[in-house]
Amino acid sequence: MIRLEPRNEVSKGLLYVTPVIAIGVTILAGVVMFAVLGKDPIRAISIIFLEPLTDSFAISEMIVKATPLILIAIGLSFGFRAGVWNIGAEGQFTVGALSGGAVALALYEVEGFWVLPLMCLAGALGGMAWAAIPAFLRTRFNANEILVSLMLTYVAVLLLSVLVYGPLKDPEGLNFPESRMFHPAATLPILIEETRAHVGFLVALAVAAVAWVVLGRHIFGYQVKVMGQSPRAAGFGGFVEKRVVWMCLMISGGLAGLAGLFEAAGPVGQLVPALPVGYGFTAIIVTFLGRLNPIGILLAGFVMALTYIGGETAQIEMNLPSAVTGVFQGMFLFSLLGFDVLARYRIRMFRTARTAPLAVQTAVGE
Amino acid sequence: MKHVMRILAAGAVAAALSVGAAGAAEKVKVGFVYVGPVGDHGWTYEHEQGRLAVEKAFGDEVKTTYVENVSEGPDAARVIQQLARGHDIIFTTSFGFMNPTLKVAKRFPKVKFEHATGFKRAPNVSTYSARFYEGRYVIGLIAGKVTKTNTIGYIASFPIPEVVRGINAAFFAAKSVNPTVKFKIVWVNTWFDPGKEADAARALIDQGADVLMQHTDSPAAMQISEEKGIFAFGQASDMIKFGPNVQLTSIIDNWGPYYVARVKAVMDGTWDSQDTWDGFGPGMVKMAAFSKRIPEDVRAMAAKARDDIGAGKLHPFTGPINKQDGSPWLKAGETASDSDLVGMNFYIEGVEGSLPK
Amino acid sequence: MELAVLILQGIIVAPIPLVFAAIGELVVERSGVLNLGLEGMMILGAIAGFSVALDSGSLVAGIAAAALAGAIAAGIFGILTQVLLSNQVATGLALTIFGLGLAALWGQGYSGESTAPLAKIHIFLLSDIPIAGPLLFAHDPLVYLAFALVAGVAWFLSKTRAGLILRAVGENHDAAHAIGYNVVAVRMAALLFGGACAGVGGAYLSTVQTPFWVENMTAGRGWIALAIVVFASWRPGRVLVGAYLFGGVTVAQLHAQGFGIDIDAQYLSMLPYLVTILVLVLISHNKARVSLNAPACLAKPFFAPS
Repeated sequence: MIRLEPRNEVSKGLLYVTPVIAIGVTILAGVVMFAVLGKDPIRAISIIFLEPLTDSFAISEMIVKATPLILIAIGLSFGFRAGVWNIGAEGQFTVGALSGGAVALALYEVEGFWVLPLMCLAGALGGMAWAAIPAFLRTRFNANEILVSLMLTYVAVLLLSVLVYGPLKDPEGLNFPESRMFHPAATLPILIEETRAHVGFLVALAVAAVAWVVLGRHIFGYQVKVMGQSPRAAGFGGFVEKRVVWMCLMISGGLAGLAGLFEAAGPVGQLVPALPVGYGFTAIIVTFLGRLNPIGILLAGFVMALTYIGGETAQIEMNLPSAVTGVFQGMFLFSLLGFDVLARYRIRMFRTARTAPLAVQTAVGE
Repeated sequence: MKHVMRILAAGAVAAALSVGAAGAAEKVKVGFVYVGPVGDHGWTYEHEQGRLAVEKAFGDEVKTTYVENVSEGPDAARVIQQLARGHDIIFTTSFGFMNPTLKVAKRFPKVKFEHATGFKRAPNVSTYSARFYEGRYVIGLIAGKVTKTNTIGYIASFPIPEVVRGINAAFFAAKSVNPTVKFKIVWVNTWFDPGKEADAARALIDQGADVLMQHTDSPAAMQISEEKGIFAFGQASDMIKFGPNVQLTSIIDNWGPYYVARVKAVMDGTWDSQDTWDGFGPGMVKMAAFSKRIPEDVRAMAAKARDDIGAGKLHPFTGPINKQDGSPWLKAGETASDSDLVGMNFYIEGVEGSLPK
Repeated sequence: MELAVLILQGIIVAPIPLVFAAIGELVVERSGVLNLGLEGMMILGAIAGFSVALDSGSLVAGIAAAALAGAIAAGIFGILTQVLLSNQVATGLALTIFGLGLAALWGQGYSGESTAPLAKIHIFLLSDIPIAGPLLFAHDPLVYLAFALVAGVAWFLSKTRAGLILRAVGENHDAAHAIGYNVVAVRMAALLFGGACAGVGGAYLSTVQTPFWVENMTAGRGWIALAIVVFASWRPGRVLVGAYLFGGVTVAQLHAQGFGIDIDAQYLSMLPYLVTILVLVLISHNKARVSLNAPACLAKPFFAPS
């Protein structure tokens, strides 16, 4: 019979091969789907996967799209390694945009190099404050952070819409629900002329590098790993556990809040009710596609951005309905997530059972 | 592959654009950005009908493209810019696209932009909107006449001027033919949520409304009215399929003629930035067929009001009209100025309740 | 009085899609699996139910198709998370993206069509009783099915051997496995049931409440259903309380507006989520009580060692 057997260490070779297999399978499935729909399958797939890579505008937009995904996903990866499940990054993103944006609006027409850093600080603190609620409730009352952070996401999105209808509404905006445009001093510098790619991307790269070092070298990285592998390991007292929970939620909340502020002060330039478009949720997928690894997350963030941009290009060039690109994206994610099993497990044909060491069982998931 | 080559060859954006604009042999490329799906049977659906009208009018001379389900957040500017790189004129069909449209327009001075329902313009950005309130005046007249309980239910989306104007116009008209009429207004805080719109319709009917008006996009309320046998008015498109027995008429957004005219202007080289706010006259707003269930004299009155408004003989807001708090707004015989209407953020006298803040 | 009855009637029917989706997800979570793809399964159920009902002319066929579509979607999730051991949170989110896309694609030919809504059952004599009659005995069959499902799930989980096994799997999958239960099979069964329920919940929207199809018509109800399961602290009976809190608040505030009561609907709609967090804290802070409710293995991957 066929049996999965966990690898002691994730296979380095398969680490790179499985995404390729997943892409191959998605392309096959895509060919069938496009053919059934009567669209030229080769053209559709080359538009989705290749065309954005040959076009400088599309690449700049991939940077725009990947920046928040990477920032949030890196933050989440700490917690996911330690078994701290913050799935409310969308809410922290929203509150970060709100608090940072409120600073921008309060300092409207104030010039000064310190305006933007202050906004960034407010954004990160806003995200951290929102993440502090699940951190506190988990460490103090043992409340499940998955569920608390998810509930708070809905509250945050409603809060944004209440505030842009009320106190943050553009005074000259004829009562329409959006804030005024941020003043130039409160807008992120652009990275590449004539595009929307902003300095937030550099921050994301720096964060990835720091995360890489912390996870590999720092005591906190070690604690995170230990807690994820066996929460009740000897010598790992409740105090350390509480600290890790707090640290993980503060890191992910702060980065999500910063990402939210970057969106508001960068590509959008104001607060609008539709600001949260699901980056916080998509970043969860990115975190797993990147296998909780900062470099992997960088790549995964770009792959994810590619499917969005490619999907839009396909709509424009082939008149594909947006539904088709949604289905295609879903299939792609399914196969990436599904084939990942090959990197983590061996497929063996067995007649007799073998027992894996118990510690591995709890660790294997991620 | 050829495609990739073409894009690479185009390289500089400006080069691509000058190719697009040159020569009559070249097709005029028209782009549309939609906030919802083309199958929403409401707002986006009618813009899609406008796009099809452009295709029908010009055939091979144009190539049209649309992108649907574009959220009014960070993605909007990208989609607009992607279209701007290969199109001559772009219609962005939702209020939330206003600032993204202006941003992209700045970068693409040779491309023409048309933004629906906004108030900011630029040398290459026009704005356009429809005087839906003219239609609301007509349905107000009908509602005031056909109601037996003197209670009209009104399902409203968001308290923006457009919606407030619609409530005022309908109420003013209804009151003019039926002084005892009352409006029950329910804000659902969404443009599109069939389940919630249906719940709102049920709530209003339960509370005694025997005529429903809606300023939301799905046909849910119409369908509930059909189920309960309550008269209703459709919104954005003809909803007769969802209320064959109860729809009295619908206010229809008719973008086709405007889109055709603007594309023609691009072809002729006569396009300029302008602000268009059209109603019955040029046919940007239409009424669906009046139901036979409206008494004949009322039907005649409604048709006359529609035609008079279209001909400029009647203004839906003609004084004397006071604001809700009793302070005067329009003197006797005075008509509302467009600037008053554009930013309308008050109820007129007699409307109950307060505007959500 | 008559008005009160009408209002209550509306409140009884409004949260039914939430009841279906939440009771299914409750069983799934009790088995230790967190499926965040509820929204995707609901919307697939909505289009499957509507399209089949319209084409076949049979609402029963439509509802069955919706259950099947939801179950198939849940089956994909099950294969990925239970067999291929992918992460449940990420896979659930992917399922939502996939479901919304596929439903929109499927529904392209169905926009603008309409079916007749499900007829109400008038239980002989009973429905004529004043007040109680219209409130209790004059709804469509799916309302009764929803309530029966809640009762059935409560009975199943607490009184049957299979229910006990399902809970054991959710509490401690390693121990359950060691005793000899097939953890993966139990969870797959729970997932299929949950998917079918979500599908029917979606179909209730598209064939009963508003019998037509439009894209995104579930408008976030799958996410609310997830909140309801937590609010209910994984107890079936409390799912009804949660569904009526979330759904009832909406209807009640619409009525309040109609009566001319000034309320801020936006702040009000935050309330159920905050109450849910409060409930979660109350049931969680006492470790003994939490073990009575929350499945200990929720969202944790299971790998069969054998």
